[in-house]
Amino acid sequence: MIRETPFHPRTSVANQTGLWSHWSGYLATDRYQMSDKFEYFAIRNSAAVIDTSPLYKYRIMGSDSERFLAGVLARDIRKCRPGQAHYTVWCDDDGWVVEDGVILRFSDDEFLLTAAEPNMAYLQDLAGRMAVEIVDVSEDYGALALQGPYAREILKQLAPEMEEIGYFHLTPAKVGDAAVTISRTGYTGDLGYEIWVDRDDAVGVWDTLFEVASPYGVIPAGQTALLIARIEAGLVLIDVDFHSSRYAWNDDQRTTPHELGLGWMLRNLESDDRAFIGRSAIERELAEGTSRWRTVGVMVDYEDWNRVYGERSLIPPKDHTPEHGGMMIYDDRLERIGYTPSFVYSPMVQRHVGIARVRPEHAEPGSEVGLEVTIDHRYDVVKANVTLLPFYNPPRKTA
Amino acid sequence: MAVKKKYDAIVIGGGHNGLVNGSYLAKAGLDTVILERRHLVGGAAITEELYPGFSFTTFSYALSLLRPEIIHELELTKHGFMPLLMPSTFAPTEDGEYLLLGQDKNENHHEIARHSPHDADAYDAYGHMMEQVVHAIRPLMDSIPPDITSKDPEERARMAAIGSYLADLPPGVLHDMIRLLTGSAADILEDYFESELMQGLHASSGIIGTKVGPRSQGSGLVLLYHSFGEHDGAYGAWAFHKGGNGGFTQVLARAAESFGVEIRLESPVDHVVTKNGRATGVVLEDGTELQAKTVVSAVDPRRTFMDLVDPRELPSDLVDNIRRFKFQGTSAKVNFALDANPTYPGLEGRSDQYRGFVNMGPSLDYLERAYDDAKYGWYSQKPYIDGCIQSNVDPDMAPPGKAVMSCFIQYAPYHLKNGDWDEERDRFGDRVQKTLEGFFPGFSDLVLHREVVTPLDIERVVGLTEGNIFAGEFLAPQMFFFRPAPGWNQYRTPIEGYYQCGSGTHPGGCVMGAPGRFASQQILGDLKKKK
Ligand SMILES: Cc1cc2nc3c(=O)[nH]c(=O)nc-3n(C[C@H](O)[C@H](O)[C@H](O)COP(=O)(O)OP(=O)(O)OC[C@H]3O[C@@H](n4cnc5c(N)ncnc54)[C@H](O)[C@@H]3O)c2cc1C
Repeated sequence: MIRETPFHPRTSVANQTGLWSHWSGYLATDRYQMSDKFEYFAIRNSAAVIDTSPLYKYRIMGSDSERFLAGVLARDIRKCRPGQAHYTVWCDDDGWVVEDGVILRFSDDEFLLTAAEPNMAYLQDLAGRMAVEIVDVSEDYGALALQGPYAREILKQLAPEMEEIGYFHLTPAKVGDAAVTISRTGYTGDLGYEIWVDRDDAVGVWDTLFEVASPYGVIPAGQTALLIARIEAGLVLIDVDFHSSRYAWNDDQRTTPHELGLGWMLRNLESDDRAFIGRSAIERELAEGTSRWRTVGVMVDYEDWNRVYGERSLIPPKDHTPEHGGMMIYDDRLERIGYTPSFVYSPMVQRHVGIARVRPEHAEPGSEVGLEVTIDHRYDVVKANVTLLPFYNPPRKTA
Repeated sequence: MAVKKKYDAIVIGGGHNGLVNGSYLAKAGLDTVILERRHLVGGAAITEELYPGFSFTTFSYALSLLRPEIIHELELTKHGFMPLLMPSTFAPTEDGEYLLLGQDKNENHHEIARHSPHDADAYDAYGHMMEQVVHAIRPLMDSIPPDITSKDPEERARMAAIGSYLADLPPGVLHDMIRLLTGSAADILEDYFESELMQGLHASSGIIGTKVGPRSQGSGLVLLYHSFGEHDGAYGAWAFHKGGNGGFTQVLARAAESFGVEIRLESPVDHVVTKNGRATGVVLEDGTELQAKTVVSAVDPRRTFMDLVDPRELPSDLVDNIRRFKFQGTSAKVNFALDANPTYPGLEGRSDQYRGFVNMGPSLDYLERAYDDAKYGWYSQKPYIDGCIQSNVDPDMAPPGKAVMSCFIQYAPYHLKNGDWDEERDRFGDRVQKTLEGFFPGFSDLVLHREVVTPLDIERVVGLTEGNIFAGEFLAPQMFFFRPAPGWNQYRTPIEGYYQCGSGTHPGGCVMGAPGRFASQQILGDLKKKK
């Protein structure tokens, strides 16, 4: 049976479209209302509530937990103080990315790791005889993201602590009567928070939150709206922009943190004395310059977009529905030099943009590339430029 | 700091077209100043906090016609450009019936079928026809029209090219285009729809800003014009700019300044200085003289040709044409700060119907009757109202839970037969409020503040002659080859170095930016030729 998140009594009423997808075995709303774009605009313009409960969640405790995580995660967990959070990847011995996730640190020896895929066996096997306890608490908590420019103003009416908490910090708080953890994290690239709540308190938190938030035009937003925002924010998605090395069949399907645009997580390797999984392979990759890809943005030339459609007497589409596929990228001799796993018309940038993987020599911002489009069952190549990620990065995100 | 007196280019008027024009000139390297009479830029597209916590779109309130090239060329997204989707259109009636259209094609189908199964699929056919016509006519709108009076072979060739272009269109599309350009909105809509509510809803776009009724020839053109725009590629779709249309002109002002434009507020221009038939600068009302070889008027044709320069310097046929140019404003606004969203009988507790246009023009007869009053010199006793409650999609507009409602009103003729707008202001406001009360019983109890904007206010405050919202009527003899006058439809004037770029030039009014952009192309081209 497909499972329901702790917020289901509310999401099922709010979902007027009957459109659900399955996310890690749970029902997740694609769009609540007839217009996913309207839900998207709530994220950029007021705030939207997104049920992110289906993520896997692991509580990691014990006196060795920091030492354990320092050896497993690519990013140095010792720099993540209690009350902070990290976005991190973990790799295999060959330096390929296994997965990414956010880890919250509650105290010296208590953490919550979120992941898109099950990782229990993987983590437990690595723990060996260290003094760490790993508990799968995925079922115990609901997670509710409040994302958008009004998020702070709304949340601080419920939890005054919100005024203070910095980007990627967290705090215990109360929403109504419920004890919760609120982290300043999210997957939209906007100002935003996530509320972690005991499943029994979830519906109450939803109700309390909406009581304050509704007058600001806050609405629940489904997966489509979230996926538009995440592409604009340049945030990668497993099984779309990369694949777990654990289940890859060949190295074409694997990727390194540097290839995935996450090299910044390993910026200070010289001063980092950890022996974490994948370290030597990553050092070799850097020393020998063997990275095969760079992850960049591509932004379509609007005149050329109009041209390719105009030549076929078509209205050039500007569709905000994310495309997860793999449009090919070519150089000026029509050699294939990469692809865009994620592509969308960005309402904020007013351009078609994609998260792209290109060969390092083509990764310079401004480089001209050609993007393959299919129009009426015919291939065409439209001009695009390489850009930095993210496409949209409002100062309020971190302010 | 000494006031700078010499520029490459002076733009008179900081409406959106002046801002667009100045931005392009500065981007091309000209030292450019924009002179605005008021304490803020934006002209007819401004947002003001007229009641604490409530942002009013005093005049213009929705966005669609803005040319997408301008967004890119002036890099507006860097400065906060943000058109918010209108996910719904609501057509209420006075008896509790309604039509609520949204973003889902099939849901719309069922909603329309409640009124008429016939109209449900006719709606798609109508939409397809309009899209095809818009697509066909866009290249003409998006280029500078030829000069129909010119004997220049190049201009003649451009005339011929238009002929071939039209001849190459599918005959059905060409015929529909001509029907729209010359006929009445009612004739076209009655071909497609039988439901009064559907007819009224669509015919409303055929009367906006213009002294025509839905059954007047010429309302088809107005209908078509209001479909030229887009929201992210969806033809004919409208949006609210974040912070109202004033939010948009603030974006433009930031873009202009980023290109180096100097914006001078509270700097009304008294006249343009000319020497030997050539513009050399302007004199402000306070006597300050500023010099420039290029002077651009971003105000309406009456002011451009009759006030800012001495008409005696101009050819008499031009002066005659400008004198004949019809303004005859017929629109007004009544804006409200409300304690909450209005309640619609049967939809109590809901507000999703208020996320786009709320169109109070439930039938052709309703609209035509409203026009009847105007024909005989008075304002409509039951006016057409285009309501917008932007606070439902943009929390910046009103305090949480409250609402700000913009109401665009027709008809309100500038020339009242036996009366005076300053005297009628409150009675007119009451009329509008009473009409709203008919659609939304209990409306008046919600009113915290009311702002009445008469056509006379539009003229006084924005400077639009006779309060015409488009700086000149959208009548066929005032469009394309003839906007604002035959021979002078290419942004130049008989005075060398003096240009025009307001909504009185091609393609016309609305927050569109095309006049400002085309004029800059003409100016920059002329400067290049001189070098
Ligand atoms: C009530 C109303 C509602 C409307 N609703 C919409 C709508 O919803 N959507 C839409 O697209 N369009 C709408 N329009 C039309 C649209 O707003 C106008 O066509 C457009 O804004 C005109 O822009 P402009 O730059 O050409 O001229 P204006 O906006 O008129 O700007 C001219 C500027 O010049 C200044 N000026 C005048 N004389 C002088 C002088 N001597 N010296 C210096 N400065 C001077 C004025 O103060 C003004 O700022 C509406 C218009 C009105 C009046």
